[in-house]
Amino acid sequence: MNIHEYQAKEIFSTFGIPVPRSRVALTADQVERAAKEMGGHCVVKAQIYAGGRGKAGGVKIVHHPEQANDVAKELFGKNLVTPQTGPEGLRVRRILVEEAVEIAREFYISITLDRATSRYCLIASPEGGMDIEEVAHRSPEKIHVLTIDPLMGLRPYQARKMALALGLAGVVCEDCVELILNLYRCCIEKDCYLVEINPLVVTKAGWLLAMDGKMSFDDNAVYRHREYPDMVDYSQLDPLEINAGKYDLAYIKLNGSIGCMVNGAGLAMATLDVLKEFGGEPANFLDVGGGATREKVTEAFKIILEDSDVKAVFVNIFGGIMRCDVIAQGIIEAASEVKCHLPIVVRMDGSNVEEGKRLLMESGLNVQVGENLGDGARKIVKMLVSSAVNSPQ
Amino acid sequence: MSILIDKNSRIVVQGITGRSGLFHTQQCRAYGTNIVAGVTPGKGGIHIDGIPVFNTVEEAVRYTKANVSMIFVPPPAAADAILEACAAELDLAVCITEGIPVRDMVLARSVQERSKTLLVGPNCPGVITPGQCKLGIMPGYIHKPGKIGVISRSGTLTYEAVKQLTDMGLGQSTCVGIGGDPIIGMKFIDVLEQFNNDPQTEAVFMIGEIGGGAEEEAAYWIRENMKKPVAAFIAGVTAPPGKRMGHAGAIITGGKGKAEDKIRTLNECGVTVAESPTKMGHAMKEALKAVDKPAAKPATKKAKK
Repeated sequence: MNIHEYQAKEIFSTFGIPVPRSRVALTADQVERAAKEMGGHCVVKAQIYAGGRGKAGGVKIVHHPEQANDVAKELFGKNLVTPQTGPEGLRVRRILVEEAVEIAREFYISITLDRATSRYCLIASPEGGMDIEEVAHRSPEKIHVLTIDPLMGLRPYQARKMALALGLAGVVCEDCVELILNLYRCCIEKDCYLVEINPLVVTKAGWLLAMDGKMSFDDNAVYRHREYPDMVDYSQLDPLEINAGKYDLAYIKLNGSIGCMVNGAGLAMATLDVLKEFGGEPANFLDVGGGATREKVTEAFKIILEDSDVKAVFVNIFGGIMRCDVIAQGIIEAASEVKCHLPIVVRMDGSNVEEGKRLLMESGLNVQVGENLGDGARKIVKMLVSSAVNSPQ
Repeated sequence: MSILIDKNSRIVVQGITGRSGLFHTQQCRAYGTNIVAGVTPGKGGIHIDGIPVFNTVEEAVRYTKANVSMIFVPPPAAADAILEACAAELDLAVCITEGIPVRDMVLARSVQERSKTLLVGPNCPGVITPGQCKLGIMPGYIHKPGKIGVISRSGTLTYEAVKQLTDMGLGQSTCVGIGGDPIIGMKFIDVLEQFNNDPQTEAVFMIGEIGGGAEEEAAYWIRENMKKPVAAFIAGVTAPPGKRMGHAGAIITGGKGKAEDKIRTLNECGVTVAESPTKMGHAMKEALKAVDKPAAKPATKKAKK
């Protein structure tokens, strides 16, 4: 679960991590007033669930409140496209107005989960700013990584080693040690996958400030943090994806015309691969979960059919212990309930598979049964083509 | 022989009185798994389906000599269940539970790593040695005893692969679902190493997916150490590039994770990669054939420089 920069900075503050003075604004008028409050000279930052905003024009320095208003008008309602958003970009609904700071030096610092070591790791670089991935690629020696032993936690001497590696000295170095320790505390207490400050700056006056903040929470730990669900900005998510989330279905909208319903993420990905191999274009990725209960199958059907691009549906369920006749019944009920007349191909495997196939064939739906993964994919692509030929449009 | 579990394994089920814990206990038992005990804190002393239930794993071990645990404990308490299995010095814990917070798993994994207990999972279908012992939620009937070791990050895709193998007459020595979570116990390499040393296993099928660098690590390990042919499939070749936040992930993985990179690396390391998920069984056959014809071997060696 992701949150906005302004929310991350609010959380940073509660952990004693210094952030610039700022205000969140929902309208251009509010942006102008906030700019006036900051003395006119300030930074206007679009709030979206992605990085790379600076280069995409989502972060602007302004010099008067009126100019802030103009920039805000341009940003609000715009879809900001960055290398991390995908081609459609993300809509700007909130703007953060922040005091302009005289920067002496910029650093990169983050804590994230490292799958390779099964530990959290602290990453720091003396070359902060926009191109940190480029730095990692071009001069890996400028990226410092420290693996944190969870039993020991992050110790001050380790944080100091990192602060020194950033080239800091004296009082600022000790300030940085405290900041790093606070960042780790924040990461653990808030159950984060990622906390990132890029850039962390030293001002000309000699203060450390987190100029940007990214925070991503562990979805599995949301039950420990009652406040998290209210922090979600739904304008940053696809409406169909939000709906799917309510029923614990993993749904991702794609650009094709074949709606897909599969149990299990790996098999769902493999199903998309097979469809493409047979010349079909999947309309979505949808994982109903390994178990695939009847309720989930029904909801999944509804979600797939809400997408008007869908012209055919491919169901691929490897039932395992779940009985195929039960799954077939779920599919028939769901298709009847939502009045689905589109061609459907069902590929099922598991116990009672023959009974399941019989139920489907006798259901009166426009349905065919795939004998295996390849056969199912071939049939749905064929049905889609012939239905396109027969349809009056 | 097989790896991790066989007919002599003595199983304790942690979370045996829960709905799915009990259901799958019954399923595993019906397959022939030797389930000797259950653990549910607060319910010690009762019997369920004739299986004695204890309050702690330690007690279960003391009275029943259980040596392997299957964990169905709900997410908030599952990491503790893993720690308890390690403290009881079991040989193996297989954690099926999905949705354990990462912070809990980081701690549990770091303790488990220093213990004598091996961990499979969490968020996995489990482990099965066909015809001997089923420990998890996979459908038993698709498996068949044989000589292929199977390792997978995925659940239902593993069933697909196993079914293809069985349909082609390729039985399995042991199938291990290592789980798809960011923090897991045994990884590809740990399981490959066991298969390498297992006399019954003659070849290995490996199922990976996009994301992370585990398949690449496995590929390099195979090139250096594996004495047996390996075939693989990587799911997600056509997956669209995901939305993401921040740079930290990209920095630590060095931009790894794409399907085509994984496939190239595996090929370069001598692994036969199935081009399509419909051809997983065929890829395994091909890999086996390549070994039967010794003349083919130097040629492939040359090809990978």
